[in-house]
Amino acid sequence: MTSRKLLSEAKLWLVAIPILLWTLIPIYHIFLFSISSKDSAFSGALWPDKPTLRNFGTVFRQEHFYLHHFWSQIWNSLWIALAVGAITLAVATCAAFAISRLKVRGGRTVMNAALFTYFIPAAFLAVPMYKAMGAYGLLNSRWSLVLAMVTLASPYAIWVLKQASDKLPWELDEAARIDGATPLQLFRLVYLPLMLPSLVAIGTYAVLLAWNEYLYAFLLLSHENTIPLAVGLGHFLASDDSPWEILMATALIYALPPAAIYYAFRRYMVGGLTAGAVKS
Amino acid sequence: MSSIVLPGVQPASPVKPPRKGLTTWQTWGLILIAPYLLVFAVFVLYPVTYGLWLARNPATYLRLFEDPVFFRTVVNTILFLLIAVNLKFLLALYLSGFFVHEKRWIRWLSVIFIIPWAVPAIPTIFSIRFMLNPEWGLVNSLIFRFTALDGPNWLTNPQLAMAMAMLVHIWKALPFWTLILMAGRLAIPKELYEAASVDGASGWQKFRYVTWPSIRTLYLTSTLLSLIWTLGDFNSVYLLTGGQPADQTHVLATLGIRYIRLDQVDQAMATIVVALPFVLPMVYFMMKRLSVDDQQETA
Repeated sequence: MTSRKLLSEAKLWLVAIPILLWTLIPIYHIFLFSISSKDSAFSGALWPDKPTLRNFGTVFRQEHFYLHHFWSQIWNSLWIALAVGAITLAVATCAAFAISRLKVRGGRTVMNAALFTYFIPAAFLAVPMYKAMGAYGLLNSRWSLVLAMVTLASPYAIWVLKQASDKLPWELDEAARIDGATPLQLFRLVYLPLMLPSLVAIGTYAVLLAWNEYLYAFLLLSHENTIPLAVGLGHFLASDDSPWEILMATALIYALPPAAIYYAFRRYMVGGLTAGAVKS
Repeated sequence: MSSIVLPGVQPASPVKPPRKGLTTWQTWGLILIAPYLLVFAVFVLYPVTYGLWLARNPATYLRLFEDPVFFRTVVNTILFLLIAVNLKFLLALYLSGFFVHEKRWIRWLSVIFIIPWAVPAIPTIFSIRFMLNPEWGLVNSLIFRFTALDGPNWLTNPQLAMAMAMLVHIWKALPFWTLILMAGRLAIPKELYEAASVDGASGWQKFRYVTWPSIRTLYLTSTLLSLIWTLGDFNSVYLLTGGQPADQTHVLATLGIRYIRLDQVDQAMATIVVALPFVLPMVYFMMKRLSVDDQQETA
């Protein structure tokens, strides 16, 4: 009996080890480069002879040609991500409340318009969006990226919030109405507190989406002072002889905050978002 | 937020709001929905209409079809969709069966497994890009260490480069779809498996007669959705190969952006319009599915 148990356990490990390697090697490779000197990084070693933190010092002190705007790029990334999170939350919560609780006329049509935006491949929408931003005179302003990301994040946000708010007991609304509450009071005093967990999830989703975005950022922003860190990282590939060890140190700094946030809110993200993603 | 498979545990259907005061409530509804309508009109409706108008000239399409890069791109895109999406879903189907095992260490493994999905695309794709560098990359130096042979030029051979882009795509998106299929498997009542065991069903028979019928719809819908989204996967190709060598590794998503960079916006739009006959039916189908589900929930 025990040998059979051992056998089934061994079978599981036979699957687990390839999964671990497949998942972690590209991640480990980033870490490896970020603590290696240039020579050691380019030698294909699996562990540097002398691990060093010098690359991070170079990044923080902006001591490389590609890094002259590192801190302002981080600031842009943060500013854009937080603005997208706040605006998406505001727009989507209001829309979900109007559709789900106030049963506004035409709500279904609006929901369909949002779903259409959600399903259209983002890279396809990028081309007309780029042209339109040019027409609005917003190119190279951080607002262009903020508004573009709000456009991309809201549909899913509205969808998830509408699903969550459909589940709230209708008796609450009735009680509030009988007590003579106005729609705004219902929204502020009943709806928002009950929706808090979903709001946290959606805010996180929008912030991460904006921080991680590359395509729209590099299309809409090209001026040194407005680009976020994602675009700054892309600049490293402009020449053949890139300082990959410094690039990887910067990339690690860029990847850590969203990963930390993702894991901190994983409970909300998994329960609230992944399931909703393919509700069909 | 219930998933596809979970049978609706919805509360009783909401009653129609009372007629009295309907107008105030409707007015507030319109005010609250206005911001999103504005966003949609200004950043979706107008750009799309404007873009379609830009792409109205048949000459643009003739020029596009004469571009040798375009033909190559269409072939690449079709292969990318067929191979990468199906491989990804077969793997996700298999791995979802692995991750539903109720063991503590497997739960921890699933936390690690989600990393590619949790981190942004650029760092990891750049990391893989350097791993595949023919001279200094980790992959070829390991090949050399074990076989004393030079590894292939992963990213300068167009076929290999496309294959690597597919692997990058799978690496990034696999955890997400595994989670989705896992949710589907977890929703299957355990009694069904117990009954199958009592009847002496083999592992394959359990999959064939219990698991698959329960998650088939989820699997197919997810595949469809992933097809649409993979069509818009710009990062996996652009950040890995940049369309090189000689613009032979483009997909539609990166080709459109390439035309923008060359200041040929109408040609960029035409590239997208060409794909619309395939994309729009799929989008329509997905919207239909969600709407039907929605009605069942609230009706």
